[in-house]
Amino acid sequence: MDLIVSFLICFPFLVSLLMYCIRVNKVRNAIAYVSAVIIMIAVGVLVYNWASGGCVAIQLFTETESVDKVILVAEWFIMILVTVKSFMHKRAWVSLLSIVPTIMLTMLEMNGPSLVEQPHVYIDHMAVLMCIIIGLIGGLIVIYAVGYMHGYHHHHIEFEDRRYYFFMLLFIFLGAMFGFVLSDSTLWIDLFWEITSICSFLLIGYTKTDEAIENSFRALWMNLLGGCALAIGIIYQAYFLEGNMSLQALIDSGVSGAKYATIPVALIAFAALTKAAQMPFAKWLMGAMVAPTPSSALLHSATMVKAGIYVLFRLAPAMSGTMTGLMISFIGGFTFFAASVMAIAQSDGKKVLAFSTISNLGLMVACAGVGTPETLWAGIFLMIFHAISKSLLFQNMGAVENSMHSRDVEDMDGLVYRLPRLGVFMFIGIAGMFLAPFGMLISKWSALRAAVDEGNFMLVVFICFGSATTLFYWTKWMNNLISSTTSEPIKDITKKNEIISLTIHAALMIALCLIFPVLSQNYVIPLLTEIYGSATSVLPMGVLYILVIVIVAIFVVPFIVFKYANKIRTNEKLSYMNGINTGTNDAFVDAFGEEKPMTISNWYFKDFFGQRKLMVPCEVVTTVFLIIMLVRVIGGVLA
Amino acid sequence: MIDILIRVIIFLVAAPILGGLLDGLDRIISARMQGRIGPPLLQPFYDVSKLFQKQTIAVSKSQSLLIQMFFFTQIFTGCLFMAGFDIMLCFFILSTGATFLVFAGAVTHSPYSSMGASRELLQMLSYEPAILMTCLGFYLAAGTFKVEELVLSDYSLIVYLPGFFVAYVFSLTIKMRKSPFDLSTSHHPHQELVKGITTEIGSRNLAFYFITEWYENIFLLGVVALFIINKNPWSILAAVIVVLLICFLETLIDNTSARMKWDKMLTLTWIVTLVSAGTNLLVLMLIK
Repeated sequence: MDLIVSFLICFPFLVSLLMYCIRVNKVRNAIAYVSAVIIMIAVGVLVYNWASGGCVAIQLFTETESVDKVILVAEWFIMILVTVKSFMHKRAWVSLLSIVPTIMLTMLEMNGPSLVEQPHVYIDHMAVLMCIIIGLIGGLIVIYAVGYMHGYHHHHIEFEDRRYYFFMLLFIFLGAMFGFVLSDSTLWIDLFWEITSICSFLLIGYTKTDEAIENSFRALWMNLLGGCALAIGIIYQAYFLEGNMSLQALIDSGVSGAKYATIPVALIAFAALTKAAQMPFAKWLMGAMVAPTPSSALLHSATMVKAGIYVLFRLAPAMSGTMTGLMISFIGGFTFFAASVMAIAQSDGKKVLAFSTISNLGLMVACAGVGTPETLWAGIFLMIFHAISKSLLFQNMGAVENSMHSRDVEDMDGLVYRLPRLGVFMFIGIAGMFLAPFGMLISKWSALRAAVDEGNFMLVVFICFGSATTLFYWTKWMNNLISSTTSEPIKDITKKNEIISLTIHAALMIALCLIFPVLSQNYVIPLLTEIYGSATSVLPMGVLYILVIVIVAIFVVPFIVFKYANKIRTNEKLSYMNGINTGTNDAFVDAFGEEKPMTISNWYFKDFFGQRKLMVPCEVVTTVFLIIMLVRVIGGVLA
Repeated sequence: MIDILIRVIIFLVAAPILGGLLDGLDRIISARMQGRIGPPLLQPFYDVSKLFQKQTIAVSKSQSLLIQMFFFTQIFTGCLFMAGFDIMLCFFILSTGATFLVFAGAVTHSPYSSMGASRELLQMLSYEPAILMTCLGFYLAAGTFKVEELVLSDYSLIVYLPGFFVAYVFSLTIKMRKSPFDLSTSHHPHQELVKGITTEIGSRNLAFYFITEWYENIFLLGVVALFIINKNPWSILAAVIVVLLICFLETLIDNTSARMKWDKMLTLTWIVTLVSAGTNLLVLMLIK
């Protein structure tokens, strides 16, 4: 077990070195493929070993004298890197956000209380679930990226081809994520946290345009701010728990109601908000859209943002029913609603996806904030479904953009006829985000129910209104995809490896929708039992199972009817245009008797729901709220 | 098990008949309000049977599939309701079904029909919160989402849920596509939208659309009845009277108001939802 854990964390780092050194594209690509597959296999081995040990929580690596030194050195290396970069781009103040916590943590290790010897790695259901998501989705994204980046540099000759650098970052990212979810020592967690922050910063700035640099620094300072809060939280923990750096120990003392645990929990939860791009910090995720698609997919779906969610899920039992929990659930609920409203006004496909990511993460954050087994059940399913469908949608968006040279939703009229494969994948991905029978809806349902049980009024209102807006912007997009068109089909230049990744994603999506009652019974319920001691499903499993079958049947029956009805002769006619048709469905005769093309476009209500109008007020409200709540939480303990 | 089956079969048979009759009644009362005599009571049935005899014409073939999906999901919703399942689940499936209608409008790429589809979507945006909150209201008042347990409560649930009732009836006007909220179909003739989302739905498909609407209306009115029914069998009579009153109210509003603009509809519905259902929810949460 020791071996496989160290392999999972170290192997991606080694590969990233190779990626950087090898400048021959073909060789590097081959190695990237092989490594991605090896990582997936390694995750499989980890799961197998853990499952054959009876699926119990495992603690490892108690003796880590030398590793701790390496970690300290790495922290300093990151600090120097950030400082150099921020001076280079004339944003020196950003470096402070890295220098301060690094020095604080170094002081802690030098002069602080002597640290208790304890296991540094903790493997339980939650960690394994995260490993599967990171390994599987992350691995597929790497496979996709090989083909995508080839096409990307083919089209964008204005950017310098630095694929060696890009793939290096992707692998560092994966390694850091594995480290992050497997670590139990908060000092280790902090290091991996910082690495993901830096990686996202470098990935966003990949193209080196002014916009990219601007956005990358926004991502950097927001994430580093979270890192600062994390560092302060860790130092608090070190003093109050007398050198016990275990996250589990912190959570346990939080659950038992220890007063001193409140501050570290609140600070770490705050840090997680920045990582999960919640409202006052949502802008960095929007800015991350300038990066090439695989990195957006990696940041948005499988990894980066899920790190924040993961921490909040871990902290959930300690937050349940506390002021911190209230803060987190309010911010999450508010973000869910506000981001989905802003998504309505977007026509850039990637931006819609970004807003929907923020919004869905909001719902997960809210679930964690309420912190009962029921909400966590909902949150975990939201996370699983979101990881797959968002990764699918992002990769698909990249492929569509490469073929169509546009990612505007308005240009996707009739995409299922013009680019059949990609159009259908997109349809599946979107359906997975909000339609029955996909689990997303069921999760929302149980989150709503749990919020009512907890008497969390604001959250209930946010979810009710947010569901409506979510339905609106997705359905509007789907309308475009299926509306019939007379335009020519587009040549599909999607590479084979991209299709492989997309197909696996789509298949996973559909499979999940069919087997999720089984998954819930055999994995998520034990996971919750591990955390809370006991857990029952919110919705009775038998009913869920019947439902899945029946709902699927509901979609099959009309299909058969349709097949039968297809034999009945149907006369095609032109659409109704007050008698000024020209003979095709996409033109009409205007007042001068000339032919005019007809275009149909969606509603965006920019003046009503626009980002420009709503973003600043939302940020102000949430910032003020966060400050007030943090002061109350911390003040309540210190007073 | 058997009684569930019987209830479902009764629903399958009776709902379209009742829905059609209510539709016919609505047309007669509307006509009287406008000083006309109006069509016979059974006119909706004559219309539908004639539509079935017409040859099939469509702008896009896949439209038939989508209409069928709409048809089946809406009926399924009603069946779940009658079988006593979770009320929230019913509405989730109802919404999923409603998106198929939107797709059926959009798939044609015809100007009026697409515009109707967009507006239908906007209507959904307006009424969804009210409907979700109504389900939660039931849960808070009776401690269960299950319809079979809701109908056996000690008191009529409207006692606890007056605000929810207002919000629900308000959104019912939108859901039934009645003026002033008939944005998507413009059921009064000679308007700028032609027939909105149904413009390109013809012959058999239109017949299916009408039948689906009957099923849907019966389900929606069934939820109104759910506010009234309690374990006392006489409450069913009261429920029927309330439902008929609501139907009359809808017809009255329909004939006395002009269509609203979308932004007015949205803000008005959301405000009504927040104020009446929201306050009610808050109060319920505090006393429970």
